[in-house]
Amino acid sequence: MSPKTLYDKIWDAHLAHEAEDGTSLLYIDRHLVHEVTSPQAFEGLRMAGRTVRAPDKTIAVPDHNVPTTPDRVDGIQNEESRIQVEALDRNARETGIHYYPVSDVRQGIVHIIGPEQGWTLPGMTIVCGDSHTATHGAFGALAHGIGTSEVEHVLATQTLIQRKAKNMKVEITGQLAPGVTAKDITLSVIGHTGTAGGTGYVIEYCGEAIRSLSMEGRMTVCNMAIEGGARAGLIAPDETTFEYVKGRPHAPKGAQWEAALTWWKTLYSDDDAHWDKVVTIKGEDIAPVVTWGTSPEDVLPITADVPAPDSFQGGKTEAAKRALDYMGLTPGQKLSDIEIDTVFIGSCTNGRIEDLRAAAEILKGKKIAVKRAMVVPGSGLVRAQAEEEGLADIFKEAGFEWRLAGCSMCLAMNPDQLAPGERCAATSNRNFEGRQGRGGRTHLMSPAMAAAAAVTGRLTDVREIM
Amino acid sequence: MEKFKKITGVAAPLPLINVDTDMIIPKQFLKTIKRSGLGVNLFDEMRYDDEGKEIPDFVLNKPQYREAEILIGGDNFGCGSSREHAPWAIKDFGIRCVVAPSFADIFYNNCFKNGILPIALPQKQVDILMKDAEKGSNARMIVDLEAQTVTTSDGETFTFEVDPFKKHCLMEGLDDIGLTLEKASAIDAFEGKLAMTRPWV
Repeated sequence: MSPKTLYDKIWDAHLAHEAEDGTSLLYIDRHLVHEVTSPQAFEGLRMAGRTVRAPDKTIAVPDHNVPTTPDRVDGIQNEESRIQVEALDRNARETGIHYYPVSDVRQGIVHIIGPEQGWTLPGMTIVCGDSHTATHGAFGALAHGIGTSEVEHVLATQTLIQRKAKNMKVEITGQLAPGVTAKDITLSVIGHTGTAGGTGYVIEYCGEAIRSLSMEGRMTVCNMAIEGGARAGLIAPDETTFEYVKGRPHAPKGAQWEAALTWWKTLYSDDDAHWDKVVTIKGEDIAPVVTWGTSPEDVLPITADVPAPDSFQGGKTEAAKRALDYMGLTPGQKLSDIEIDTVFIGSCTNGRIEDLRAAAEILKGKKIAVKRAMVVPGSGLVRAQAEEEGLADIFKEAGFEWRLAGCSMCLAMNPDQLAPGERCAATSNRNFEGRQGRGGRTHLMSPAMAAAAAVTGRLTDVREIM
Repeated sequence: MEKFKKITGVAAPLPLINVDTDMIIPKQFLKTIKRSGLGVNLFDEMRYDDEGKEIPDFVLNKPQYREAEILIGGDNFGCGSSREHAPWAIKDFGIRCVVAPSFADIFYNNCFKNGILPIALPQKQVDILMKDAEKGSNARMIVDLEAQTVTTSDGETFTFEVDPFKKHCLMEGLDDIGLTLEKASAIDAFEGKLAMTRPWV
């Protein structure tokens, strides 16, 4: 047998049909669904008289639109948001898929609760009408975002029409320096390869620095594979993975656990597997980073200055000019001099318990020096755990708002939005123009860096206050 | 789905790299439960000011590009969110074809599901098309899917690549769910095997 990558192995294990021209039907093990990208798919299914083929493999939760303030128990005020969430309620009920309504303590961001509930397992194929489905790759599952037409296709057939992507290896060698986190890894990789560097590829992240990460950290890394343009990000499962999965509500038990484990242990890239592209970065060279522009590739160490557009080539010069104008920044300005109005800690990138612990560690006994700061836990269970560990008290005493679970200000579909010109230190994944609200200015960073910015009121090197 | 064979139309130039789907259709318009009616909000934040008035400088607000059927863009077009609202908005505006040096994966796929043809061409050729598009409404380009060519108003022709299956579906306006359901026996067989080999799934 010819040597295979992890992606090759998962692909082969899910190939339900392959046409002569390479067009393939990939079987889908888990289909995650949220309220924004699914109503038209369910409607399409109904119009065509089709049914959901595998309701037991389909899991839905409202997350994008839901308010995260305590008054949400009284219902969603925004009419359009309410209609969309009600449509998911109805679609879930009528089709018999697994469902976590807003009132369920387990409700949260779809990419947080999939792993939390044990729906996400190594070697699976997982799709969702959401680009950050890449998150689940942290378990060695082939997971990627799809459009609404494809959501409908998966609902009807439990398969996806695909052509195989190319294999890309991103190796992070050695160890990370103190103050450097998974977020800094994933942003630094995008800074290195560009937002189109992964287009046409599935990335496997490997190397000692990746192996040393917790599952939470690995999810942060894979989450942003899409920001590097890749179809999916993968990390081979190991003891850390199995330890995380074991005992979760929907993880296999008993003899099935043993059988699963046996297979999962074969899920790694063979030594002499072929890679179409390889990127190697030394772990010790990665610094705490922030973004300065309006693309996730606009990444620099916090110790750097705002770059001059002329330092770029091709279309990037014009894009950088536009970005600096939008962001209200001047070339040569020190990044650590940029003053912040707002801090947002949360999202499918950094809304897990470890993220909240890292931020709380910095905030302990301190007060915020920004206009507003909020923590939005990724799920109701993350929130409960953070309360139990005393993290919620640290946030509240520091002056943070302690919210309920949802996507919140990552994409600002709910009431949590930036005002024009408002500048935000965010742990989310996109700094696009208008992403967090029209005219809002987003700087992406790790939870510890966001907490540091909250304390000083400006972008701050977390190593100075650790 | 509307068939795509050949179009002759005005091309609008949008010389920006990394045009993301948040730019194409901002999140406040994702609250719809329909696919239609999004054209008026295509590129909303670039197209309208804070009061909702048109920004005259934006390409699609210029008289010569209001009827554009082709859009010429920069590298990594359609990056970011998987929202299919982006191609829905493009199509609803009346654009049937987007040409760029490269596309983000999900957006590229989403276009084909909605009767839109995305064409990736080398930067130098896109530069020529961009210049041609800047001539305005008298310069009409021809996009021929069957021949896989784009022809400028000056008659210069470039050939593009497209996946044969995607081409077939687009030219015939086929519903790919229907096509997949024809292979239901293969899916049944796979599920049977799965129940034996990986019962925990």
